[in-house]
Amino acid sequence: MSALIRSRSFRRGAFQIGFLALLIALIVAAALVGRANILSQGMATGFGFLEQTTGWTVGFSVIDVGPRSTYAHMLFVGILNTLAVGLLTLVLASLLGLVLALMRVSTNTPMQIVGGTYIELFRNVPLILQVLFWYALLTHTPSPRNAISFVDVAFFSNRGLTLPVPALSGLDVLILVAGLVVLAFAFRGLSKSFDLRQRILGAIAAFAALFLVLLLTGRAPEMPLISVPALKGLRFDGGFTLKPEFTALLIGLVLFGASYIGEITRGGLLSVDKGKLEAGAALGFNSSQINRFIRIPLAFRAMLPALANQYVWLMKGTTVGIVIGYPDYFAVVSTSINQSGQTLELLALLMIGFVIINYSIGFAMNVLNDRLKLKGRS
Amino acid sequence: MVAETLPPPIAQSGIGHWFKKHFFSTWLDGVLSLIFLALIIWVVSAVWTWGLRHAIWTVENREACGHGSGACWAVIQDRHRLILFGLYPYEEHWRSTLACLAVIATMVLSCVPLFWTVWRLPILWLVGFGTFVLLMRGGFAGMPLVTTEQWGGLSLTIFIFSAVFVLGTPLAVILAFARRSSLPVIAKTTGLFIDIFRSLPLLTILFAAAVVVPLVLPDWLQGDKLGRVIIGFALFFAAYQAEIIRAGLQSIPDGQVEAAVSLNMPFWSQVVDIQLPQAFRNTLPSTINQAVITFKETSIVTIIGFFEVMASGNAVVGTGEWGQQYVEVYLFLAFIYFVFVFGLSRYGAWLETRMRVGHG
Repeated sequence: MSALIRSRSFRRGAFQIGFLALLIALIVAAALVGRANILSQGMATGFGFLEQTTGWTVGFSVIDVGPRSTYAHMLFVGILNTLAVGLLTLVLASLLGLVLALMRVSTNTPMQIVGGTYIELFRNVPLILQVLFWYALLTHTPSPRNAISFVDVAFFSNRGLTLPVPALSGLDVLILVAGLVVLAFAFRGLSKSFDLRQRILGAIAAFAALFLVLLLTGRAPEMPLISVPALKGLRFDGGFTLKPEFTALLIGLVLFGASYIGEITRGGLLSVDKGKLEAGAALGFNSSQINRFIRIPLAFRAMLPALANQYVWLMKGTTVGIVIGYPDYFAVVSTSINQSGQTLELLALLMIGFVIINYSIGFAMNVLNDRLKLKGRS
Repeated sequence: MVAETLPPPIAQSGIGHWFKKHFFSTWLDGVLSLIFLALIIWVVSAVWTWGLRHAIWTVENREACGHGSGACWAVIQDRHRLILFGLYPYEEHWRSTLACLAVIATMVLSCVPLFWTVWRLPILWLVGFGTFVLLMRGGFAGMPLVTTEQWGGLSLTIFIFSAVFVLGTPLAVILAFARRSSLPVIAKTTGLFIDIFRSLPLLTILFAAAVVVPLVLPDWLQGDKLGRVIIGFALFFAAYQAEIIRAGLQSIPDGQVEAAVSLNMPFWSQVVDIQLPQAFRNTLPSTINQAVITFKETSIVTIIGFFEVMASGNAVVGTGEWGQQYVEVYLFLAFIYFVFVFGLSRYGAWLETRMRVGHG
């Protein structure tokens, strides 16, 4: 018996079993207390509420929504809103971040100063404060009657940013997206016979042709080609209005995210071994060829893991939209908890939603990383 | 094919060459230089005119606010007590100030290499933190009791930040060692916990701590809302910090621990004397970065109803009296955060260069 206790593997096993038992006991205890509390407060349990209508609605949505929508539909709206602002942020912040990084690594002193000041200013102030600031700024702009206009086609008012848009129906947009997917596959398939520049130009031309055909055929005869906003009473008619909530959150996230992505990108650019750039110069590459074939591909590989982390962070950062009333997934779940009282179920859905979104980003970046990493090295 | 042979570079120096290289190396560079120089001059002069030259500084002149082209800093003079102290009783503001200073002194002292030992650092933080809580709470030596519901403003921000740091760091060490444990059950469970916490937004964790945890805890364990939120925040911080410490532990060569084992050093001594000092030292820049992020993220507690510095600033803007001065108030808040965060990150940069020198 004493030999058994002294045996190392027995102690290890017993310790782990004890740890697991304690963990399970804690979870069971929490579940029991939770059940008792929920029963004593007369709250309902289970996921049946997802089929019920909400009776309330949200101020911003990319798909149809109203007080008669079910909870399931409303949660879907929330996820789409999070993805809409989040994915747009990732694209725009990456572009701005790249510009900032190039400014900071250039030899041009005024550009370095502007890039460096921007990054220090925007990185060191909390995101939520920046979002509140932009929202206050946007909602203090004049009413539609006195809107700030750009050559009378785009208007900036306290209702948001109103822009002219091509008059396309929902079906047209769907066809365009499908066309884009087909083009993407064709783009890859043609890699043997055409070089990159030819393929990019071809893809742009094909997309523009598809766009024009849809614009000319898909509309009613008397409708204008482009829907231009015009003042009608107290609001704008036609065009497309970006709500101040969406715009403020997007501006805040992009400007904040770009300062971080800019630093990550700069780190990537600086990590490229100087000898490789000199080797390129010795082979007679000019500076744009060095950038395109040597520096940027190598920098991109080096910065990918940090970039993936930052993307996940920005996706999570969309939750601060609740302070200005942007109905993202968190805001919708929070309102649903207030309205339905299904706290535990909704919280579980909230966490599952974010875990799925962030694991997908991580997965996509890992796939990219595997495809890009230098072959022949472990 | 052989590329054409280029002439050897001409040796160049002097102010003229420096100017040419940094402003006009190509014609495109020259155009960009001029554009960005114009931008810099325009921004600096606009900020100067608006923020200083035409600004209104005192409440006596407040009628002029909103008419001129200058900033109205009178709002800060009028409401700085609300922004800095929140709902803390007016007569006791000196306590809040002293408490803040105690924690700031602790932060500054812990940046001094003299305190970087496994015992001095925790003791320093316990003393600084204890002073803070005693001063803020009071209830002895003639100081009236002020409960956490009345804490607010900058001192609440600093309290949350330091509490998260003090609770989260030991937790992070435990999590890091647990994840590296040779016992598979413990390593896997900890890994799952860390990964889930890292993929959730902080706001959802704080929300759960404030609203949901009371549902699954018996009454005697609930504590107050601030305490629960701080514990939730500390868990989130620990999940991130644990990965940083784990990276630091992995960077220690295996031979060191093997040497300790062969000297029959007890496990505790291996951890305290060999592994932790090096792990912390190797990861100081990332730790500072994490502290910076945590300081900025304390502003998120506003959303779940705490009156820290951002919420109190927002309350000033929310009143009709100063509603038009939102730019000034938000800039003042940004300035407060900027001072702390910029100081921390400069310190981190200094540390990085210092350590690079030390290691050759």
